[in-house]
Amino acid sequence: MKLTVWTYEGPPHVGAMRVATAMKGLHYVLHAPQGDTYADLLFTMIERRNHRPPVTYTTFQARDLGADTANLFKTACQEAVDRFKPQAIIVGASCTAELIQDDPGGMAETMDLGIPVIPLELPSYQRKENFGADETFFQIVKHLSKPQGRTNRITCNILGPTALGFRNRDDVEEITGLLSDLGIVVNVVAPLNATPADIARLPAAHFNVLLYPETGEAAARWLEKNHDQPFTKVVPIGAGATRDFIAELARITGKPLAYDESRLRLPWWSASVDSTYLTGKRVFLFGDGSHVMAMARVARDEMGFEVIGMGCYNREMARPLRAMAKEYGVEALITDDYLEVERTLEELSPEMILGTQMERHIGKRLGIPCAVISAPVHVQDFPARYSPVMGFEGANVLFDTLVHPLVMGLEEHLLTMFREDFEFHDEAGASHHGGHATRRIAEPDQEVAARQPAQDNAPPDLSISDEAKEEPASGSDVLVWLADAERELKKIPFFVRGKARRNTESYAAEKGLQKISVETLYEAKAHYAR
Amino acid sequence: MNAPTLPVGGGCRTAPVLKERGQREVFCGLTGIIWLHRKMQDAFFLVVGSRTCAHLLQSAAGVMIFAEPRFGTAILEETDLAGLADSQKEVDRVVEQLLARRPDIRQLFLVGSCPSEVIKIDLSRAAERLSAKHAPHVRVLNYSGSGIETTFTQGEDAALACMVPVLPETDARELVVVGALPDVVEDQMIALLSAMGIDNVRCLPAQRIDGETGVGPNTVFALAQPFLGDTHAALERRGARHIPAPFPFGEEGTTAWLAAIAAEFDVPAQTFEAVTDAPRARARKAVAQASEHLNGKSVFFFPDSQLEIPLARFLTRECGMTAIEVGSPYIHDAIVGPDLDLLPQGPVISEGQDVEKQLDRARAARADLTVCGLGLANPLEAEGLATKWAIELVFTPVHFYEQAGDLAGLFSRPLRRKSILKVEAAE
Ligand code: SF4
Ligand code: SF4
Repeated sequence: MKLTVWTYEGPPHVGAMRVATAMKGLHYVLHAPQGDTYADLLFTMIERRNHRPPVTYTTFQARDLGADTANLFKTACQEAVDRFKPQAIIVGASCTAELIQDDPGGMAETMDLGIPVIPLELPSYQRKENFGADETFFQIVKHLSKPQGRTNRITCNILGPTALGFRNRDDVEEITGLLSDLGIVVNVVAPLNATPADIARLPAAHFNVLLYPETGEAAARWLEKNHDQPFTKVVPIGAGATRDFIAELARITGKPLAYDESRLRLPWWSASVDSTYLTGKRVFLFGDGSHVMAMARVARDEMGFEVIGMGCYNREMARPLRAMAKEYGVEALITDDYLEVERTLEELSPEMILGTQMERHIGKRLGIPCAVISAPVHVQDFPARYSPVMGFEGANVLFDTLVHPLVMGLEEHLLTMFREDFEFHDEAGASHHGGHATRRIAEPDQEVAARQPAQDNAPPDLSISDEAKEEPASGSDVLVWLADAERELKKIPFFVRGKARRNTESYAAEKGLQKISVETLYEAKAHYAR
Repeated sequence: MNAPTLPVGGGCRTAPVLKERGQREVFCGLTGIIWLHRKMQDAFFLVVGSRTCAHLLQSAAGVMIFAEPRFGTAILEETDLAGLADSQKEVDRVVEQLLARRPDIRQLFLVGSCPSEVIKIDLSRAAERLSAKHAPHVRVLNYSGSGIETTFTQGEDAALACMVPVLPETDARELVVVGALPDVVEDQMIALLSAMGIDNVRCLPAQRIDGETGVGPNTVFALAQPFLGDTHAALERRGARHIPAPFPFGEEGTTAWLAAIAAEFDVPAQTFEAVTDAPRARARKAVAQASEHLNGKSVFFFPDSQLEIPLARFLTRECGMTAIEVGSPYIHDAIVGPDLDLLPQGPVISEGQDVEKQLDRARAARADLTVCGLGLANPLEAEGLATKWAIELVFTPVHFYEQAGDLAGLFSRPLRRKSILKVEAAE
């Protein structure tokens, strides 16, 4: 048993749902108890899908156990096929059904449903959501794709986008456009919006573009092996990676590919003088392996940040991520334990986090700004506007995304210059984020406490921030701030004050001081200055 | 005169019930942990289950404000399934780990799930052993919130029911109000009762273990929530007596609920009126205002929290709505009977669910407002139906006079919104 508070990934059958829900004309019959239907809300609420996920749950109960859960499954299967008339079904078990060993796959195959039946074996007690999606998509491709000749024109498939993925909708659009500019036609995008009939056509393409290794790699490898389709290895996130991606396409297609960078603004935005203040901002990255690795490059090479740590929650990506961390001279954190990530962040105390919605919460508590760069994500990470993170427009979006949580450069200087001015009093905050995103943990988190129930996610949040208050103010019980030092500290803009306090205290502790004077404050500042 | 008038054409208590059995679209009982852990401030809920259970809790909570909430999941791993012999030791180990980190915890609930039940991990044995070990500082209890045994709010029922046998014995004549209410609502209720001279009021669950409620042959109890069937039975087994009443939703329900208690404690009619007149008038006014958009509209309830019958009673009698179908996962006549008596005949009363068939009925009925779970709301909105998420009714303060207007507001907001939005393309 492993004690878990929050999880980065759901169980593997949720991964299968991400594939099924992304597709059209496919239905998923899931042997599962009623409570597992909660997963529908991930799609209908968080992603705002306007259709129910195409999933029939058998919802067996205790009284069915040992009696006729198998029959229940068969009935559910038959009714789903009759009602929804899918072109194919996938069938499988959730964690509970796995234990009662009804073998849904075997049963469905004997039922003569008149459509392809794809059985899924997803070990619920060993693997997780990304594996579930990857494996499900692979099984679908393996069962449904048909050997056939190549198209005359140079075509490719785009593999990996699913429901609930981070910005998948817009990435697909952006990359499809890029490919078309390069003269490459997209044969099939899958699983997103693909039908089983589309899956059958996959082998007609000349090669595959693997946008999301987490959810599409097994299928890409199988297609490479069985249909001789090479697949791309570069994930086109950021300006440099997008150029590398195009170079890779040129190698695969054997053609020189001319491309147009006129829409790419990131390089100039980053070079312009206002961006100087971004230099050396210490960032920590956490998320799924592919997004973290791609974003680390953007952070360091295209934004001029200092990467002080990186990690991923999906063990499947541990190896390449470790290698990259080594190259960046930082430790890799491979864990799905949320508390461990929080501890690391507390220790490293970065100036910005690039993470998932979980790190956004950690950041809120620690007063560290956070930009979301990877699943798992929340309702606000499915924006109405077009906002890819891949390709050239994606690079532009990333520049904005990474700058937004930080205080604007010029604004930062003005705040320092005018810090005694009444308009820049502490509560005013930075103009563009309402000033409450960077509160320190020791202060009561009114933003959280005052939040309306149901503000941003489906089920309302009943939480009142009592646990945040339980935390002791860090270090203040051993170190005494002298009155003038305390006053000086108050003059520092509130959004950097927390850091100044922490730095001064750790400096004082290091020097074995018990009292903090103005002197100490400025010595610490000099000590930490870069 | 405080007794509500019965519907002219008869109520729904004797109406035939459409019993359905098929695919359900409801949460399991684990969900109750989300509000119970807020209410019981020294309690921790440890689910022994799978990654699915942890993911359900996280998705239902929706947000993760805390680094460490007072609930967690001991996720079963391959080794636990293979070598069952160790499960008791494993529970011990996780509990030690937890209690070491959270010395503030005084009550620990070991919560069973579908997987722990299917592989038969005996959590009651674990609870007994751990209770003995950690007494008197921590009391360890167990219940099942599994989806194969409990539906949504039944989780709270199971949690409260497992506390009843260990409540201290008392001979005092006391009123116990059962069901987790938001603090603000609980305070209002206690103020009302105390103004009537009823001061020996206890709540189950209490906020902290020290404030604990006793129970005995002189205890009478009132239910604040309709889903507490097992707790009801457990209290009766301890000799306590139930005061049946309609549930305290809306002005009428609150008055009837208070009146039943007042009658039990021989509160003079004058006193009752003196206490309730002003808040009644306020509630009536608030409901009238908030139900402007509800008047004359129809409503269709999918089964979810078991609040459906009392809420249908409120919406039809106080807000001028017509009920088309009132679905409830379970119907306990002893508990919702008084509400069924008051609910005017007409709607289909259904128990259980076959979600596809029910969706067909809801689509055919096209009620002005459909009350359903989160998984169904947006898809039905996309089909042009206005919906209200049922789960909010459990998470939001809705009981008693001062919340009557808010309760009507929860239902009217979607209709009001639909009426003001002009986002459709011109035809
Ligand atoms: S239905 Fe069962 S397996 Fe699913 S979340 Fe609830 S307790 Fe866990
Ligand atoms: S819903 Fe609230 S809690 Fe969840 S990610 Fe959003 S801001 Fe955070």
